[in-house]
Amino acid sequence: MIAIIDYGVGNLFSLASSLSSLGFDAVVTGDPAVIRKADRLILPGVGAFGDAADKLRETGLDGLIRDEVKKGKELLGICLGMQLLFEKSSEYGTHRGLGLLKGEVVPLEGMIDPKLKIPHIGWNALSYVKPDCRLFRAIREGDFVYFVHSFHAVGCGDSLAATAEYGIPVTAVVAKDNVFGCQFHPEKSGKVGLAILSAFAGGVAK
Amino acid sequence: MITKRIIPCLDVRNGRVVKGVNFEGVSDVSSPVELGKYYSDSGADELVFYDITASFEGRRLFTDILREVASQIFIPLTVGGGINSVDDFDRVLKCGADKVSVNSGAIKRPELIREAATRYGDQCVVLSVDVKRVGDEFRVFAKGGREDTGMEAIGWIKRGVSLGAGEIVVNSIDTDGVKHGFDLPLLERVLDAVRVPVIASGGAGGIGDFVDLFKTLPEIDAGLAASIFHFGEVTIPDLKRTLKENGINVRL
Repeated sequence: MIAIIDYGVGNLFSLASSLSSLGFDAVVTGDPAVIRKADRLILPGVGAFGDAADKLRETGLDGLIRDEVKKGKELLGICLGMQLLFEKSSEYGTHRGLGLLKGEVVPLEGMIDPKLKIPHIGWNALSYVKPDCRLFRAIREGDFVYFVHSFHAVGCGDSLAATAEYGIPVTAVVAKDNVFGCQFHPEKSGKVGLAILSAFAGGVAK
Repeated sequence: MITKRIIPCLDVRNGRVVKGVNFEGVSDVSSPVELGKYYSDSGADELVFYDITASFEGRRLFTDILREVASQIFIPLTVGGGINSVDDFDRVLKCGADKVSVNSGAIKRPELIREAATRYGDQCVVLSVDVKRVGDEFRVFAKGGREDTGMEAIGWIKRGVSLGAGEIVVNSIDTDGVKHGFDLPLLERVLDAVRVPVIASGGAGGIGDFVDLFKTLPEIDAGLAASIFHFGEVTIPDLKRTLKENGINVRL
């Protein structure tokens, strides 16, 4: 069973639907007992980093997620959920993240050509940094995925697995040991996105 | 780099798609789910579902259908029609919409844009504007293009963006249905005025019109159309191939 962690931010309908359409047993939950029982975890999220980080702390889910990851459970962060994996973010002040990956989240504004629009919205192609990353098992370099974001992770070190060109190479996928993250929305990226979700969830009983 | 988006728009009344012809492999073209899937499989980058139902019952039916669409189609979905309050945003977002388009509701009460953007983020709020030339001015029309609001369009669009609209759909009433191409002069004015993504709507009669759009105005983010797709005059794979051949970056 895959637990989609519900901590009160964002709409989880499409994510849950996409996993069930692939035949996986996915549960949207904020219940620590269910999260402990799950084979894999997905941390979704939209909105502001600070609010989301606060909610994770208030619900005590931050500690639980760190514990489960420490025990070896696989975790996939999506969009803001991916940004939360890092040490900190400078979105409207400085906020602490889960610190599961090295790096920090900074605004695209000021880093990219001022003619480029922010947020970075739309379909963009993946360039591999780690071609053998498990998430890429059933897709090809250059495949398109759907992004909606104004901040991205920098200083990711050896977790950086793929980028997308938007004035600069924007961090698109990170992967290190049992921690994975996608800046884009695999649940909104058509067949390519489903293949990425399936590659993450693969191994879990259908 | 980011690709130019091609967006079919489906008008839904009482749970059924309003116009359309039969496509091979689609058993029921008036089913929003079937037609949406067909477009998604043919390479649509996003879908817009526009609820043109007036009744309460019809509205409930629309959200049921939306839920079904979102549980089977995994590309971005924008929903519009009858969005007058944050509760309306909530109603469609819970059913799987990613973005919500406001038009008359925002004209009546511009604060709606700010309220929704604060709650769901700018990226979620699409301001759709129906524009028509009146004298030498671009004017905003309401109620599906029937009512002149007296508001100047570029000013309204700028205000919408400052209130938090994350994307603008510019529908030209002058070119809509004429099929002689998008309203390039109007779109150029909008592109000069705002930095958020701008989606062109109204006037597409064939593939060449999309090539002209993206060649003449490289900053346009997307082209939206309804009838040319529904009546099979243009298929999305053909359109995207031609765009690609013309050096326009698209997702194939």
